Amino acid sequence: MACFLVLAAEAVVTTIITKTVKKKERELEANLSGAAEAKADEAPRIKLSQKLSWLNIMLWGGSLLLMLEHIWHGEVVPWFPFLTAAASAEETRAMLHEMATVGVCMALLVTAVWVCMVLAANAIVKRQPEPSEQEDKEFAV
Amino acid sequence: MTLLITVFAAVISTALWYVRAPESRMRLGTLSLMYWGASLMWLVDAVFEFIELRSDFFTPAPADMLNDAFLGLSAVALGLVVWIAIVLIKDPRNVLKGILVRK
Repeated sequence: MACFLVLAAEAVVTTIITKTVKKKERELEANLSGAAEAKADEAPRIKLSQKLSWLNIMLWGGSLLLMLEHIWHGEVVPWFPFLTAAASAEETRAMLHEMATVGVCMALLVTAVWVCMVLAANAIVKRQPEPSEQEDKEFAV
Repeated sequence: MTLLITVFAAVISTALWYVRAPESRMRLGTLSLMYWGASLMWLVDAVFEFIELRSDFFTPAPADMLNDAFLGLSAVALGLVVWIAIVLIKDPRNVLKGILVRK
């Protein structure tokens, strides 16, 4: 009915967090630009903003494709109130119930898979003895 | 059917990304993550549908299957359209920039 809205809402939140984290990382990099030696000693690691971007893509992309399904089934319409389930109180209640069950489960599963991805990526990076020059490229999506 | 088609798209795009990485700048990772996100969401949808329908879930009517297959293919097409738009806007190989500057 409108489960994709839960995912889109999560995507908005994670996108804002990503922007903030990216800004802080840039500031930190600018402060550490003089201390190149300390940076060279550091073990290779993936930036938090990079990891968050994986979650953003999954959430935005997934909710977009899910929205297509809802349009396909006539649950989303281009006129107010945009959701056909919002026409009556009974249907609205069913829609909210679906968002609270299916939508929340979807958001939890996508986030759980992302956490697994991050843990796996950290383990892979730690496993490599020599940091690659193209490190940023490797993790870029 | 929609879930199956999206999972196939996710696996194929991930395999292509893996073969081409890290030199490729075609952002195939973005495409694969989009499909994986959608696949996970449809997986949850399928689980809830299975809880509701039980064994009937595995014996859909041919018309429903066809409709779901069309939807799956449309979802894959929309993913490809979004991906190619991202590639053209970001222009990672500076192809568009080169063409426009030359003109």
